[in-house]
Amino acid sequence: MYKYDEIDQQLVDERVAQYRDQTRRYLAGELTEEEFRPLRLQNGLYIQRHAPMLRIAAPYGMLSSKQLHKLADITKRYDRDYGHFSTRQNLQLNWPKLEDVPEILAELATVEMHAIQTSGNCIRNITTDQFAGVAPDEVIDPRAMAEVMRQWSTFHPEFALLPRKFKIAVSGAKQDRAVVQMHDIGMEFYHDADNKVAIKVWVGGGLGRTPILGSVIREHLEWQHALTYCEAIIRVYNLHGRRDNSYKARIKILVKALGIEEFSKQVEAEWLHLKDMPNTISVTELARVAKYFAAMPYDTLLAHDASFDAAISSNPAFAAWVKRCVHPHKTSGYRAITLSLKPHGKAPGDATSQQMHLVADLAEQYSFGELRVSHEQNLILADVKLSDLFIVWEKARENGLATPNIGLLTDIICCPGGDFCSLANAKSIPIAEAIQMQFDNLDYLHDIGEIELNISGCMNACGHHHVGHIGILGVDKDGSEWYQVSIGGKQGNDASLASVIGPSFSAEEMPTVVQKLIDVYIQERTDEERFIDTVRRLGVAPFKARVYENKTLAKDVAEVTT
Amino acid sequence: MSNLIKLNTNDSASIVENEWTIVKLPASQVEARKQAGKVVLFKLTGEKTVTDEQISGTVIPASGKIIVPLSVFIHRKAELQSRLSVKEVGVWIDTHEVLADLIENQADLNALPIIAVHVERFADGRIFSLGTLLRTRYGYENELRAVGDVLRDQLFFLKRSGFNSYIIRADRSAEEALASLNDFTIPYQGAVDEALPAFARYNRVS
Repeated sequence: MYKYDEIDQQLVDERVAQYRDQTRRYLAGELTEEEFRPLRLQNGLYIQRHAPMLRIAAPYGMLSSKQLHKLADITKRYDRDYGHFSTRQNLQLNWPKLEDVPEILAELATVEMHAIQTSGNCIRNITTDQFAGVAPDEVIDPRAMAEVMRQWSTFHPEFALLPRKFKIAVSGAKQDRAVVQMHDIGMEFYHDADNKVAIKVWVGGGLGRTPILGSVIREHLEWQHALTYCEAIIRVYNLHGRRDNSYKARIKILVKALGIEEFSKQVEAEWLHLKDMPNTISVTELARVAKYFAAMPYDTLLAHDASFDAAISSNPAFAAWVKRCVHPHKTSGYRAITLSLKPHGKAPGDATSQQMHLVADLAEQYSFGELRVSHEQNLILADVKLSDLFIVWEKARENGLATPNIGLLTDIICCPGGDFCSLANAKSIPIAEAIQMQFDNLDYLHDIGEIELNISGCMNACGHHHVGHIGILGVDKDGSEWYQVSIGGKQGNDASLASVIGPSFSAEEMPTVVQKLIDVYIQERTDEERFIDTVRRLGVAPFKARVYENKTLAKDVAEVTT
Repeated sequence: MSNLIKLNTNDSASIVENEWTIVKLPASQVEARKQAGKVVLFKLTGEKTVTDEQISGTVIPASGKIIVPLSVFIHRKAELQSRLSVKEVGVWIDTHEVLADLIENQADLNALPIIAVHVERFADGRIFSLGTLLRTRYGYENELRAVGDVLRDQLFFLKRSGFNSYIIRADRSAEEALASLNDFTIPYQGAVDEALPAFARYNRVS
């Protein structure tokens, strides 16, 4: 993975000093609450329900063992001994003290980490495929470009105070695992007709209050122009995006208001001036950064391993885990594995410091000292030998990290919700836990098969509920918490937005509602159909009918219009 | 004590006396329409943001160096012509105004000794794009000043976006703000003050 040189290190060290002084001025009353707000936000510090929340950047989800050990130490020393991995492939601390944050940042800087631009109205952490570099369907490893873009976007002076947050995702595989279409800018790298690296660019996607999938603004962009083209897009947005209403301030609203043709015309007009300017990526620079992402020093291994095969046939629990949590790898004899942070009945995405140390050790011992955070809020060891899978599984299982539910109903994507977040309308974690307990039977889970259930505690949609096969949104109705259910959303190349099935439900009803949706699917599915396929074939109607069949509509039920 | 910071040619900065008077528009009787997203519509429909009454009602001091609102500059240029030729007139624009309007009425921007951009709220980052465009697109070389809600934590970005003078908000110390101009030594990306990105300026080896 990328390693800092003096330039990177100096910048991060200077950031610590800058933020330390900003915090000092705030505590001394020299900065008002309002003035300090964007400063702390651009450093990932929110003021939450019980305490501040600090979001630490894991650029495009990559972490080293050393970094994860440090994160574990930080959660122990400055927090309550656990952290929450987020849908932006970052780590969030729920209980740090505002006064301690400069010290936490100083500690992070010693392991080449920071919290720069993890929040606020600026370019956020650039995300990508958690299987980058190892996925068999990968065309181009997107990480070098992601790193080049990370550097370019860090303290970009022109885009320091945008109308609203700005999220970029990049992908280089045939199957999109980075959800590029729901980002402000999405980029897919591919080889063009001349076998050169080119980029397909989407713009104006996003979830939140107004979910919209991105529109293609350019089918073909030569890779060296990635930065200047982004500058053209973001400049048009910076100048013309709405600043009067934060709910209408994302680039998607501007793109929609102008139409993609007019927006694209304005971007191209800007780009005429920016094209070939010094921020054009040089071959030397891409090559320099790409070296850090060169293939690991893999052993030459056979495609099969006898001990692995034996363990599979003799140990059904191991076999079940392999089926769900082990993924194919480009290199013969290797696999990528997902360590589930979704044990049933626990907050999705949470890991204790002890678990972090354990994962860091596993990565060190079995996966070249590196790991990744997925946007589904799990941890990935990308380069494990087939022959090591059994021992890794045993150690992971002892530490609650081997629930064989990846891609299944209980692998829930979930925001921190009303338990922590001051934006939330409703709690989300208890809903996730209740659903996990409702379906706490592995055979049944496997029988239900692949399904994605996403929960957000408010319309800011951190839990990506719009693209869940089942999406749950917490809403506020006269001061009490209700849940709106939608089905038919999907991430990936054939992404779609979910449709709301009807009036919302109380928290207590939610496990039963999900149960009924699953019952309809089980009853209606054909042999090869996943839940999403059945929903797409039948539409919302039969699901809606079952869920509401004995429910008194009208006055009993809160009609929610958000 | 003055609250004006000016960058010197050697990249150091000092606090200096302010020679320029900002000429303000009188309050409008018409409801203000500064909504950001609407600017796009203004551009498409040609709708104005400043009323004729405001423009004609603006009191221009009889002597001294003045910075006038863009709308006044455009519509009352004849009155200002003699002072313009002795470099005693500059123009200020609001962040929601459109640079093309300035260029259409003043093809040679470098005839202006100063352009100021007024930022009403410090969190309004349009000022950075406006500065960048004035310097890189329109070749403006004279003094570019940030005025309004200008605070020290934006100075580094303002400097990188081409601004070389800054009036720090009256209730804050310009002396203390000076330090923030140098928050970072080697930024990654090329911008107005240093066009080359770090990868082109240094031999970065992996």
